[in-house]
Amino acid sequence: MSGNQIVFIVLAAIACIGAAGVVVFGDNPVRSALFLVLNFFVLGFLYFTLGAQLLGISQILVYAGAIMVLFLFVIMMLQQQSAFLRSTESDGRGPIAWLLGATMFMTVGAAVLAPLGGVTGSPILDTFGTPQSIGKVLFTGYAWPFLISSVLLLVGIVGSILLAKRKF
Amino acid sequence: MGTDIPLVWYLVTALFMFVMGGIGVVVRRNPVVVFMCIELMLNATNLTFLAFARYQIASAQTPEAALQAAMSGQMMVIFVMAVAAAEVAVGLGIIMAIFRLKNEAGLDDMSTMRG
Amino acid sequence: MNVQAIVEGWAAGGAGPLGIPGPLVLAVTKVMLVVGAVLTLVPGLIWWERRLLSWMQDRIGPNRTGTITFGTKIAFRFFEIPLPKFLHNRKIRTFGLLQPIADGVKLFFKEDITPATIDRKVYFIAPALALFPAFALGGTLPWGASHVPFSEIAGGLYHILTPIADVEIGILYVLAISSLGAYGVILAGWASNNKYSLMGGLRASAQVISYELGMGVSLACVALAVGSLKMTEMVRAQEQPLWGGLPAVQNWFLFTPFGFVAAVIFLICIIAETNRAPFDLPEAENELIAGYHTEYSSMKFAVFFMGEYAAMFVLSGVFATVFLGGPNLMPVNWAYLADAYPAARGAFEGMAWVNYWLGPLAFLAKCAAGITFFIWLRATLPRLRYDQLMTLGWKVLLPAAVANFIVVGLWIVATEVYGPLGGWAAMLGAFAVLGVLYMNFAAATKASVLATGRRGVTMVDPSPRRSVKMVDPNKA
Repeated sequence: MSGNQIVFIVLAAIACIGAAGVVVFGDNPVRSALFLVLNFFVLGFLYFTLGAQLLGISQILVYAGAIMVLFLFVIMMLQQQSAFLRSTESDGRGPIAWLLGATMFMTVGAAVLAPLGGVTGSPILDTFGTPQSIGKVLFTGYAWPFLISSVLLLVGIVGSILLAKRKF
Repeated sequence: MGTDIPLVWYLVTALFMFVMGGIGVVVRRNPVVVFMCIELMLNATNLTFLAFARYQIASAQTPEAALQAAMSGQMMVIFVMAVAAAEVAVGLGIIMAIFRLKNEAGLDDMSTMRG
Repeated sequence: MNVQAIVEGWAAGGAGPLGIPGPLVLAVTKVMLVVGAVLTLVPGLIWWERRLLSWMQDRIGPNRTGTITFGTKIAFRFFEIPLPKFLHNRKIRTFGLLQPIADGVKLFFKEDITPATIDRKVYFIAPALALFPAFALGGTLPWGASHVPFSEIAGGLYHILTPIADVEIGILYVLAISSLGAYGVILAGWASNNKYSLMGGLRASAQVISYELGMGVSLACVALAVGSLKMTEMVRAQEQPLWGGLPAVQNWFLFTPFGFVAAVIFLICIIAETNRAPFDLPEAENELIAGYHTEYSSMKFAVFFMGEYAAMFVLSGVFATVFLGGPNLMPVNWAYLADAYPAARGAFEGMAWVNYWLGPLAFLAKCAAGITFFIWLRATLPRLRYDQLMTLGWKVLLPAAVANFIVVGLWIVATEVYGPLGGWAAMLGAFAVLGVLYMNFAAATKASVLATGRRGVTMVDPSPRRSVKMVDPNKA
């Protein structure tokens, strides 16, 4: 086993622990959010192992740094209300959901992933994940979707301000 | 710079994250936790996109095709991030508004519109 | 250069001391140089803050810890050692420099109180999370020049030693890691299970999210002008002729119009990011009783304290790198002067080499200047109210940064189309238009405020008067 593989296994194991923690500790939303932060942070490093620098750092910046802070903020605000705490209890669907999840994992694993078993790494492009190359493609071939996503973000800002106002 | 990590490793990690997110959506009744599980699923797909973008280069015939393959996956990740950010802002706003409006509990109680 | 030869050998893959692989030794050395500098300088920083603050407040401050006064002999129980003559009745002063060490020792031996109703695990993790980003931030800071004087190719001792990782995404790394700094504060506030601490945590999260935006956009202005996100590229861009036309002076971004605006915004944002006065709402001691670290004592409190100071230090370093020319001593292009004035060539060349070798010291001096500015602000400005903080972040800094970003874009486009002069005309014109727009906007706002009458809160007590009735005990 090479150094690359060991690094990957460690990172992936932490990511999986984080993902599992989100669900297992779901009755304590702050714990759950913390595990999600762990997962997102390590996911950024998994992107680095794929050579995608810009996306890896964006992952940490956007998800771990901004979105999850927002989640924690909301959880703490709502934690004052008893209804929020009551809603954290899970119901009797647990075992079935876990069973279905395991089935899905095995089915997709067997049907989709098994044929890809032999695929291994190839020489990476020098410009795979650099800001320059991504910027070039983003502002030429993908300029239209890029503009649309900026409009979407604007709508998101306006919408959230509207929702946050006390009186409609 | 090549890599000796099989593509399947990334995909299995992503699949595990996705399945966990799916289970969380079904099991948990707390809207914020369900929302977090959805984010988890989105990130799992992001990882898949990136892994395929990275490993498709081998099968590309020309340098242009390789660049295309490498870039399209990353573009998709960027757009997913943008959409997720907008979605979180609005979604959390809605959750806050609901909890402020009616002091009711979890997702199952939010069914006033049901006929 | 003997040291340089050794370090180059490590970088090339040779064996280091004790047979450890060279690259590993090199990596550890790079990290230790940054972390060690931050760790050793933080106590000095605390001393400097206390002394400067007391000087500004007309006090004396800690000035006598570590003062040793010698007699004529050291007396033990059964024998005494006479002291040499020159020490007799001498005083050795350290100006209180040992005070932070004494404080540290005190904090170590204080009782570590853990409240009963806390979320124990999160409570223990929070201080570590507060400290981690402060040290990790130094990862892309170049504290030495990447180029030897009179050479166009990157090289030299500092090029190998610094920064720890010269990645393409240097500036984004700073943003990403500094945004993680909020977690320590938020989680500490939540885990303490204390209303005031929770308020502190909530304030911190809102504050960090708000000021992250202005910080990001102001850095984006510089990145746009440089054309790269690399920290070393930013330093190199600042070694170009000033405003593209004055080759003797370096183009530090603080001296350019757009860079100045960006620098002011960035400076305000880093003060808010580090929760320093006047933005120290998360730990406002007179409303929140120290906010998020109310329930922390002993070493855990010290770790929060250290995290704050380390973050101050490193973010000042980022400011120095991006706006103040990085490790350059003065904004002077010595190499150009050496070529332009052959008569004094030797002197200018010497200065170039001094500038190169003293680069780390110049960088430290710039960090110290930034920190002094932080302390100065703390002594000068009162704490903002919460709504003022939000208004400043969202309605002033973010629009200003975005406007600045547009101006930089205009400048670059106009420079490419009409040449440098056109670019400058476009930039100044854009600033003029923005200024006029702002004045109109301000006038309109003022008019609307005047129209709605006094803008203030009238305090009305809605509860029935609960005055104490005086009852004469003699009559009852």
